[in-house]
Order: sequence, then C-alpha cells, then structure tokens
Amino acid sequence: MLLEVENLSISFRRYENKAQQILLPVVCNLSFSLDYGQIMSVVGASGSGKTILLQAILGILPQEAIVQGNIIFQGQTLTPKQQRQLCGKKIAYIPQSVQFLDPLMRIEHQVCQGKRDTTNKKRQEQIFSFLGLPPATGRLFPHQISGGMARKVLIACALMSNADLYLVDEPTPGLEESIVQDFLQTCRAIADQGKSILLISHDIGSILPFSDKVAFFYAGSILEIANQADFTANGQNLRHPFSKALYQALPQNNFTPIPGHAPYSGKLPNGCPFAPRCPKFDDCCQQEPPFLDWRNGKVACFHAT
Amino acid sequence: MIKSHRFLRQFIRFITLLIATCAIAFLLMEASPIDPVQSYIGAGVAVSPEQREQISAYWGLDQSPIERFYTWGNHLLHGDFGDSLIYRRPVLQVIGEKFTNSFCLMLAAWLGAGLIGLFLGCLMGLYENRWPDKILKTISYLFASTPAFWLGLLLLLFFAVYLELFPIGFSAPIGVAAADITWGQRLYHLFLPALTLSLTSFANIALHTREKLIAIYHSDFILFAKARGESNKSIFFRHGLRNILLPAISLQFASFSELFGGSVLAETVFSYPGLGQAAVNAGLRGDIPLLLGITLFSVIFVFCGNLMADILYGWADPRTKEASK
Repeated sequence: MLLEVENLSISFRRYENKAQQILLPVVCNLSFSLDYGQIMSVVGASGSGKTILLQAILGILPQEAIVQGNIIFQGQTLTPKQQRQLCGKKIAYIPQSVQFLDPLMRIEHQVCQGKRDTTNKKRQEQIFSFLGLPPATGRLFPHQISGGMARKVLIACALMSNADLYLVDEPTPGLEESIVQDFLQTCRAIADQGKSILLISHDIGSILPFSDKVAFFYAGSILEIANQADFTANGQNLRHPFSKALYQALPQNNFTPIPGHAPYSGKLPNGCPFAPRCPKFDDCCQQEPPFLDWRNGKVACFHAT
Repeated sequence: MIKSHRFLRQFIRFITLLIATCAIAFLLMEASPIDPVQSYIGAGVAVSPEQREQISAYWGLDQSPIERFYTWGNHLLHGDFGDSLIYRRPVLQVIGEKFTNSFCLMLAAWLGAGLIGLFLGCLMGLYENRWPDKILKTISYLFASTPAFWLGLLLLLFFAVYLELFPIGFSAPIGVAAADITWGQRLYHLFLPALTLSLTSFANIALHTREKLIAIYHSDFILFAKARGESNKSIFFRHGLRNILLPAISLQFASFSELFGGSVLAETVFSYPGLGQAAVNAGLRGDIPLLLGITLFSVIFVFCGNLMADILYGWADPRTKEASK
C-alpha cells in the first residue's frame, strides 16, 4: 500500500465567549487506503471537510487544528517532521486555482522553485510540452494566464517533484468541460505510470470514468468506498443509502434531490451522521456511528444492502 | 499616447494643487492677527506712524491682499520668489541653505524609520500573536501615539542633559566656521533629532508591514509553498518579503509629508536650523514671501514623494504595470 489512513480525526480549537475553549470536529475516525497506480476520488458536499483531509496528509493544517490517528506512507507512520521532508518530494499537492501561485513571480521560477539549472529547465520544458503548455508561458506572470492554463501550471509544479502520491483538490469547478476531461486524462496518465492520486471533487459525473475507487464523504466521515464497477444502471450495487441517493441525484439518473441539508460541524448527531436524512433510519442508527467494514468494498451502515 | 495623456493629467493636478495651497496659505496669513511691521520693529522700539507707513509702503503692505497676491504670483512666474522680510535675503537663497540642513536630517530619519519599521514589521508578522509580536505591537502603538516634540524633549533630557552624550542643539558646534565643520560633527548633531523623527514615524510602517505580511502568510500561495516543502526561510525571502516590499516602499515614499510635519517640531525642539524652524519663524513674524516659498517648496517635495511611490509601484508590480499600459 502506498498510503494508509487509520482512524484519522481532525478537530479545530475555537474559543467561545473569549475564554471557553471548544473543539469543533471536522473529520471523524477516517480510514482508507490507496494502492500504487490507483485513483481514488473523494466526493461529498462543499464544507464536508475534504480539503482539510488533504491538508492533514500534507501536514499543512493551521495551528489550531488537532490531528489524531495515523497516516502511513509507504509503510512509514508519518510524523510532522517527516511530512515536511516528504512534501513536495514524494507527496505533491495540486491545488484549485491561480490563487495558489505567487502573483509577483514569473511562472517558470515558481515551477522550478527558484532552482533553474539546466536539468530543471529541461525537465520543465518536457513537462510543459507533455501538458500542452506553450513554452512562452514560463515567462508570464500568474495574472496573465487563463484558469485552464493555471491548472496546468499547478500540475506542472507537482510533476517537477516526481512524487509518488498526488493530492488533487477540486479539479472541476469553473472550468470548461473539455479542459476538465483533459485534466482528468492527464491524471489517469500519471496514475498509469504507477503513481497514485487522491482526488477530491463534488462532481461525481465527471470524475467517475477516471477513478478506480470512489469514497463518499459526508459530514467528516466516509460512508462508503465503492469500486468503479459498482456504478451501474440505477446504482443498485451501491450499498449505502447516501451513495445511492447521491448517485440518483445526478442529472443523468433521475435528478432526485436528497431532502434536508448536511449537518454543521460541531452539531453532528451522535450516531450515523446521515441518519436524520436517511430513508432507512431507525433507532439503532441514533446510538453509535457504524464502522466501515469490509465486504469487497467498505460501507458504514447498519442497513447496507 | 495614453501615457502622455496620463502625464498631462498629473501635471494639471500638480499645478492646481500648487495654486490652491498658495492661496490658502496666503489667506491664512492675511487672517492672522500678527502685524508684520510690528514684529519687524520689535516690541520695545518707538517708531513714529510716518516711519511705520514708510515700512509698510516699502513692503507693499498698503496694497489690497488680492493685488499683493497677484504681484507675488506674477513675480513667481518670472522666477522671483521675493525677499524674506526677516532674513533680508532672497527667499530661494534662504530655502536653499535651510533645506541642506533639513535634508540630511530628513534623509536620516526617513531611512531610519523605514528600516526599523520594515524589520520590526516583519518580525511581528512572523511571530503573529505570539509574545514577540505582542510586545512589539504594544511598543509600536505607544510610539505611534507619542508626540514628536515630547519625545524630542525626553531624549534631549536623557541623552544630552543627563548623560551628556549628545549636544543640546544646533546642526554644528558653536563658534566653528561653516567651512571647518566636519561630517562627523554634522552627524553627531544630527543623531538626536533624527532618532526622534525615526521613532515617531517607524511605528506606522511597522504596523502596516505586519498587517500585510500576516495577510500574505494566510494566502493560498504560501500554503502551496509549504505544501511543496519550501523551508521557512525560503518562504519568507522568496514569497513573503517580495510581496510586502512593494507596499512598504510606496508607504515609505508617501510618508514624506508626515516627515515634513514632524521635522518642524523636531527642529524647533533641537534648535536645528532647518526648513521647519524657518517656517515657524516666518509664520510667527508674518514673513509672507518666505512662508509661501516654503509652502510651495514642501508641496513640490511631497508631491514628488507621492509620484515616486506611484512610479515605483508600477515598476515593481507586474499587475499595475499591465493596468497602466
């Protein structure tokens, strides 16, 4: 396994009425694993804590965050110090937008991180042509390029590192369909070289064809990890009521919305987080959260089909 | 084409600013209760009314204010700033001499404030909300609200009177011919007033720099730099410093005006024979030509500072360069 996450919980310290410290749980008891050459997508609503998960793996959470649980990378349990060493070398991050580029620095200097020797230069040129970026892009400033190009520049930054694990944050919003397809194809090509990608999105429709596994993320927990093959017809192979409902909410499958809204962090229900909106809800759902268990895939539900 | 248009607009703005400030300064002097003839004669000297009239006729004080303003402006356009009433010399000459003194003082204070401000601002920003930040922030607020003349008096009291480390005033030792004054002596006399000015104006720059650096450290591109494994040192020098330098520089040039105001107070406290002191004298003794000359000069000076800030901003930030093209 390239990456294993065991019982990861993240909460934030907040102060109420100036003195009283409260803990705001954002991610609860998360476990999953990712093998070489795989793309795993994490889908869920905005604000469900997906980006926090990526930042926890990178070790770049803000200071007020408290992280519990283990992150195991290539068989090694990561300490904050190791995270710092691996970031940018073995683990690469592909963020969302042009905002992640320094506005005052030419793109080539950002891609090469200031070390523009001949090997780096050559590598940058290779990567630019692989991504279909014109070589002149390097001389531009971030405000001079389009959103699609910015996304490619961010990928180029990640590719410079020759990492084994790529963490991709929301590749789809605000981009034209063909650029999204282009991007996801690039991801697939990277994964096919034996690298792994953890991809975060709320657009199941676009990312599904390119993913090996899909994790359904809801209010800080993973409710189900499904294989790509499970997404057929009306989703009867999906096992959690939430994944089914989400699949059926897609425009191409009935467009049925789920009633209610996701709970706010800090006001999570005791039992299953999805219970208040679940059609199969009964008493045992309210007592304790169900654990993910293995049955050719993972599902956290007492009523899983 | 567009560039020359912009230049023209700047120029017109500059000219209207000059005319407006001169007119306002002139009006204020007209409204002031100080009688230039009386302050010229002095309190104890008896002068007959005829002589009084002669003096005021000689200075043109018997004409109406509008007439005098018109005559002054007309001469100004021919390059004649008039004669100072109290120094009895051409205004330009007085300003030139006083400004050389003031310039050294202001330059030293300007550099001092800028460097101290930038350094402390970075320090505060890097230690956001931890104890070095809290202590420095308190100090900055304290100095930002300290009046320059009071701080000057305190420093004078401590360093010059009590410790006897520095001279009490003036820009050079008393009794030394102007040609014999060494640079060492000049700097020695410059130190306390420059320190006063630096201390009262660094806080503004430091607090601005702090805010800016904190904003940058919370931005996405710093997060990305961390995610790419850049060291703290590299993050500060490659991203942090580069991004705050620009606002810091423009703030620095924009602070010309405050420096001018501050130097008047500091020069008075330290009896430093600079432009500020000359301005105070001119005001107190009704020397309209000199005061208007200094006003004009300071407007030009401050305007140049702001213009320089503007130009530098465009030069250093690729985004503004694009917009102004």
